Amino acid sequence: MSAASDVGYHAQRQARWHYGEVAFWLVVLACGFVFPSRYLIMTDILRLALFAMSLDLILGYAGIVSLGHAAFFGVGAYAAGLLALHGIVNEPVLALLVAGLAAMVLGFATSFLVIRGVDLTRLMVTLGIALLLEALAERFSNITGGTDGLQGIEMQPILGAIPFDMFGKAGFFYSLTVLFLLFLFARRVVHSPFGLSLRAIKNNPLRAAAIGIPVNRRLIAIYTLAAFYAGIAGALFTQTTAIASLDVFAFERSADLMLVLVIGGTGYLYGGLIGAVIFRMLQELFSTITPQYWQFWIGLVLVVIVLVGRQRLHRWVLYVPNLVIKQVAGRKAVVAVPESDA
Amino acid sequence: MTIALETQNLEKQFGGLRVTRDLSLKIEQGARHALIGPNGAGKTTVINQLTGVLKPNSGRILLEGQDITDLPVHKRVLRGLSRTFQINQLYPDLTPLETIGLAVSERLGHGGDWWRRMGTRADVNGEIADLLTRFHLLDVMNEQTVTLPYGKQRLLEIAVAIAAKPRVLLLDEPAAGVPESERHDILAVVGSLPRDVTVLLIEHDMDLVFSFADRISVLVSGALLTEGPPEQVARDPQVKAVYLGEEAVNV
Repeated sequence: MSAASDVGYHAQRQARWHYGEVAFWLVVLACGFVFPSRYLIMTDILRLALFAMSLDLILGYAGIVSLGHAAFFGVGAYAAGLLALHGIVNEPVLALLVAGLAAMVLGFATSFLVIRGVDLTRLMVTLGIALLLEALAERFSNITGGTDGLQGIEMQPILGAIPFDMFGKAGFFYSLTVLFLLFLFARRVVHSPFGLSLRAIKNNPLRAAAIGIPVNRRLIAIYTLAAFYAGIAGALFTQTTAIASLDVFAFERSADLMLVLVIGGTGYLYGGLIGAVIFRMLQELFSTITPQYWQFWIGLVLVVIVLVGRQRLHRWVLYVPNLVIKQVAGRKAVVAVPESDA
Repeated sequence: MTIALETQNLEKQFGGLRVTRDLSLKIEQGARHALIGPNGAGKTTVINQLTGVLKPNSGRILLEGQDITDLPVHKRVLRGLSRTFQINQLYPDLTPLETIGLAVSERLGHGGDWWRRMGTRADVNGEIADLLTRFHLLDVMNEQTVTLPYGKQRLLEIAVAIAAKPRVLLLDEPAAGVPESERHDILAVVGSLPRDVTVLLIEHDMDLVFSFADRISVLVSGALLTEGPPEQVARDPQVKAVYLGEEAVNV
């Protein structure tokens, strides 16, 4: 093999599909058939996963911290609600895109504020924007329904063919399709030169500029894209639950998202997905055991994760699957979680 | 002779401190020009102004006759002005392959491409392979930069700057901190730069300066003390006085 083709081969190393990834998605799909009574919680997990993936794009790849990501979730949620309520765009998929674009416009507009500062400034600016929007939504209650939220949303069938059913089956597969498509797109983007340049900016913005990377323009681009993703997640929320209330903008929603990424890890796209599953499962588990004090246990788990270290936890969790994979496909196929971290 | 890089009456102050004083430099096309001076003379501040990290308070910077004083860092790079850093500025989590691949992609205008995968462009791959080979990095191309030995990191630092195919290259103490056993690689690489690339070398190591440079500017307290060919600068009594107690100047 010549050096150039060798380089090409290794440059695409991370972009190639691994057995573990295929298995992951097959398991997710299988869940839709194995647990027909759990569609609602599973749909909730998918939405959270998409939302977390959105934050991972800016946090894990570009190093932008945000405590106000719910701003875009909320705009997407209300946009989808209003579109359906007033019959502006009746078809859900189209409405989803329009809602995503609305969040994207907000993302683009606010990105200029976000790129100016460093970490602490960014935390405050993003937090401020989300609080601002929440207050605005409350103030203009004639549009948003105020504290009552948008009521009486009736969703039309998906693509005019598949109606939302009361068990949430259609909603689940609809959400899963959207998540998977957006995942494929994100996967493509992060393995492009653009995606690599984001990691370079996160690692060392000084050097990134010194090799000719227009740092601000790249940050604006990814922030805008992440806003689109978050908006889609918000729109899915409204479409699958048929409600949109002020809590879509809530601070807890943004903060939970950080916890999801702390659990799942950042910078490899699956962190948000895995984190969302574990976070919701823990929530379910603890709230069944101790309905009043489940937050205590969530807190405890987080402290353990941070102290023990995610790397080690991942090794334990992946120990058995890797043992199996090694037997089937040899050492090279083993699933490993990249080192990079927030 | 055409002038590759020029400063006109450059002036930079930090508060009340004048770190660059009325500095006018002319660096000829294809020159091997060295900028020397004792510690704290303001050499790195000059580099930072040339590359756009710092804005001068007054004065102009011309690259191949064009005013670049107000251009941001990345635009100067695309115009052919590239630099290395005195203290390595690399991407700890990225591999040498990714680091160089990114620099090559940016120069060829593919840096903003968000669809096509890294590693699928033959021209980019060819250049990466070429650079990795030239800088003895082929065997470690998949290691994370942070895990590389210092000498290799230093080579990568220079390779990244070269990957931008500069017409003017600023080398900020390229051999700083490199152990004796690994110095040879660095010096060989610096010595083998193509002649049409203009090099401005900022250096402490007088052996390196006098073996490399064909013209030397001496900076003291932010101002130009003297300038000329190496023999002349070495004999200059003012220069000797400045370096007295620091290092003996000998050719």
